[in-house]
Amino acid sequence: MNSNIGSMPLRYRITIDREQCMECGRCVENCSYGVFRWDGDRILINSRNCTACHRCLTYCPRDAIMLEEHPCDYRSHPVWTRQVRESIYNQARTGKIILAGMGSVADLPIIFDHLMLDACQVTTPPTDPLREPVELRTYLGKKPSKLDIVRKPDGDIELSTKLTPNLMLETPIMLGHMSYGAISLNAQLAMARAAKETGTYMGTGEGGLHTDLYPYQDRMIVQIASGRFGVNVDYLERGAAIELKLGQGAKPGIGGHLPGEKVSAHVSRTRMIPEGSDAISPAPHHDVYGIEDLPQLVNSVKEATGWKKPVFAKIAAVNNNAENVAAIARSGVDAVAIDGFRGGTGAAPRVFRDHVGIPIEVAIATADKELRKQGLRNEVSLIACGSIRESADVAKAIALGADAVYIGTAALVAMGCRVCGNCYQGVCSWGIATQRPNLVARLDPDVASKQVANLIHAWTLEITELMGAAGINSIESLRGNRDRLRGYMLDEGLLEILDVKSVGA
Amino acid sequence: MCGIFGVMDRRRQMMDGSGIRQALSMMNERGSGEGAGYVAYGIYPEYQDCYALHVFFDRACENKAAVDATLEQWGVIEHDEAIPTCDQPNLRVNCTPWRYFFKPDASLAPGSASPEKDIITDLVMQINASVNGAEVVSSGKNVGVFKASGWPEDVADYYRIEDYEGYIWLAHNRYATASPELWGKPDPFNLHDWSVVENGKITTYGANRRYIESFGYNCSTGTDSEVITYLIDLLVRKHGLDIDLAIRALAPPYWEEIDRMPEAKQRLNQALRFAYGSATMNGPFTIVAANPEMMVGFTDRGKLRPMVVGECGDRLYIASEEAAIRAMEPNVESITRPGAGTPVIGRVAP
Repeated sequence: MNSNIGSMPLRYRITIDREQCMECGRCVENCSYGVFRWDGDRILINSRNCTACHRCLTYCPRDAIMLEEHPCDYRSHPVWTRQVRESIYNQARTGKIILAGMGSVADLPIIFDHLMLDACQVTTPPTDPLREPVELRTYLGKKPSKLDIVRKPDGDIELSTKLTPNLMLETPIMLGHMSYGAISLNAQLAMARAAKETGTYMGTGEGGLHTDLYPYQDRMIVQIASGRFGVNVDYLERGAAIELKLGQGAKPGIGGHLPGEKVSAHVSRTRMIPEGSDAISPAPHHDVYGIEDLPQLVNSVKEATGWKKPVFAKIAAVNNNAENVAAIARSGVDAVAIDGFRGGTGAAPRVFRDHVGIPIEVAIATADKELRKQGLRNEVSLIACGSIRESADVAKAIALGADAVYIGTAALVAMGCRVCGNCYQGVCSWGIATQRPNLVARLDPDVASKQVANLIHAWTLEITELMGAAGINSIESLRGNRDRLRGYMLDEGLLEILDVKSVGA
Repeated sequence: MCGIFGVMDRRRQMMDGSGIRQALSMMNERGSGEGAGYVAYGIYPEYQDCYALHVFFDRACENKAAVDATLEQWGVIEHDEAIPTCDQPNLRVNCTPWRYFFKPDASLAPGSASPEKDIITDLVMQINASVNGAEVVSSGKNVGVFKASGWPEDVADYYRIEDYEGYIWLAHNRYATASPELWGKPDPFNLHDWSVVENGKITTYGANRRYIESFGYNCSTGTDSEVITYLIDLLVRKHGLDIDLAIRALAPPYWEEIDRMPEAKQRLNQALRFAYGSATMNGPFTIVAANPEMMVGFTDRGKLRPMVVGECGDRLYIASEEAAIRAMEPNVESITRPGAGTPVIGRVAP
């Protein structure tokens, strides 16, 4: 059907400095979106296809390519913004829900950036991590609230409290759940190797566990989502922990969607679904229609795996987040991952991604507070995720009450991702969010794993330094230690909710 | 900075306050003349079955009635009086120290394993949390805290500390950083059995406070020693940990050390860190704590503050400086400096 809307103004304009260009054709080879093509011995440009993935710029040996965003102005208007108008044109033409990739683009203040960390001066000395131990080792799982200890007649002490299984992390940074299907096998392999190297764990996402990842299974948290893709008892037994995905920050209240274009033969086998079919997981788990159903699911998963593995639950951060977390803490779950409204995604309806949910900073702070109030804090560990961008975010999330964090987008960026937000198209030029063999082959798992491991290592060092400067030598002493944070230009209501004082106080 | 001092006689032989006064003033270099305090066990033998409540009233005429009424709701006031004091030219008096000898009505805390202490705990929290111009500074049987804003000698003379005889004494010479005028600020801090003096500043106050407050304690003074006292009370009285394990929970070994322990010990230490991660204290500190049966000293696991231990006959001394111990006991028989992670635990003979 035709529309009268015609073509939209260009989002990006690509130009080639013809004096610099040596016509090597690397841009033509590298662009997977079809921006460049040969016309005889001349390279033609179709800027309309550009996603700003920077692949061409990165591989141009002469720096001859230039990219410009929004080269064409609309009449500026504070209400009818470019984005609003373009969404309307798009929907007037298609009548459909608009899909988007990566995290929220809503221009809202970032609370992390308004929280300042503390350091010691003279009344207490800073700890020097080069000379004294600073412990980042983190255990995730249920902890006893008190211990039963028997002192035997010979003076020996015996612990009669039975400890439940915990995951031991060398650093409080984990690699979040991004499924095989949403991302490539090479991307998953790279992260699995990085997790092994840095003593942490990675999530499988809801796409099952590819056989090539079996060597790293003791570093994998296997996910069960509402679609139950790739789930059988063998899958559960391979994981170091099991995560029930009940929600996702990028799209609270709805299920997942993997476009059929990304369901290759291997993805189909790993997910146990037909090749080329859209993988749509339902909004709820159809065996969890209320909180009382959750313990049944948790117990059946634990029973199936011999009570040897911690079971996590992941939820999106929404208004009654604290209530949800407190309910989950009573279900037998060992750790709750809370995904903030800026959480990433391969594909989500734009309206959800940009408009539903609450910030991770608030969600973690209120969850920690509520759990303590109800005496449930040791029942579950808290994992913060959704837009953890740098080591300071990790330290701040922990000071607000998290035990550890998941990073997703940051790990992808470490592998080359330019956050172009077109993951759902399935032709990621970096070989990350694609299943096309020629594109996947661009991502060397050895190289990429080193980069991801470097990132985790660098952040770990920075967190160690931040803790040392604050005179804190173990991560549990930072956890929920909100006195070591100050809010800068945050309003009183928010400061109260975060339980953080203002700068100067 | 701050200087701390503790002495215990294992056979409950009494010491008057003059020696402690001398020992504490030996560490004046560690203080700023804006706070000193003493606590002694065994000072009220005639009221040994009563809880001695030391209370600071902003204005006795205005504030006392409310405290009397609260106490009478929970038990019987056997006797009360102003704490005898003697004005000192260098001490600016801004409150009236009072003492009650109080018997809680155990039937008002049915089902509790330690009903009297539960009532006292609630009472102290209630009085100290409300803005009523009254602050309970000690609340144990046969024990009392004497503190004020000033140099140790002036504070001791103000309370006529040499008139008291105790078998355990703790004392604190304060280097003020905040609210130097408040008499309630300096250590010792006391809650019924337990008294605490600290040299240092914990960097985990926020985490520790949030943890302890989830058990119903209310940190109203904002001092380290308050949170430490409550933590010890919770771990020992409520959770039934022996003092050595409680100290281990508060200042645990590093994971590296735990990894090298034999399996059973490893499990115990791991369990302690699992259960009490939020109670773990970081930052520089030396703490001397006492209850009627013992005196203990321990430091942060990096030992960023000094702790000197002296022994002489039946007496155990723990202090910030050797000079303080020698000031009280010139013929001290042994002086040791225990390493980080090695607590000192002295018990009174049964």
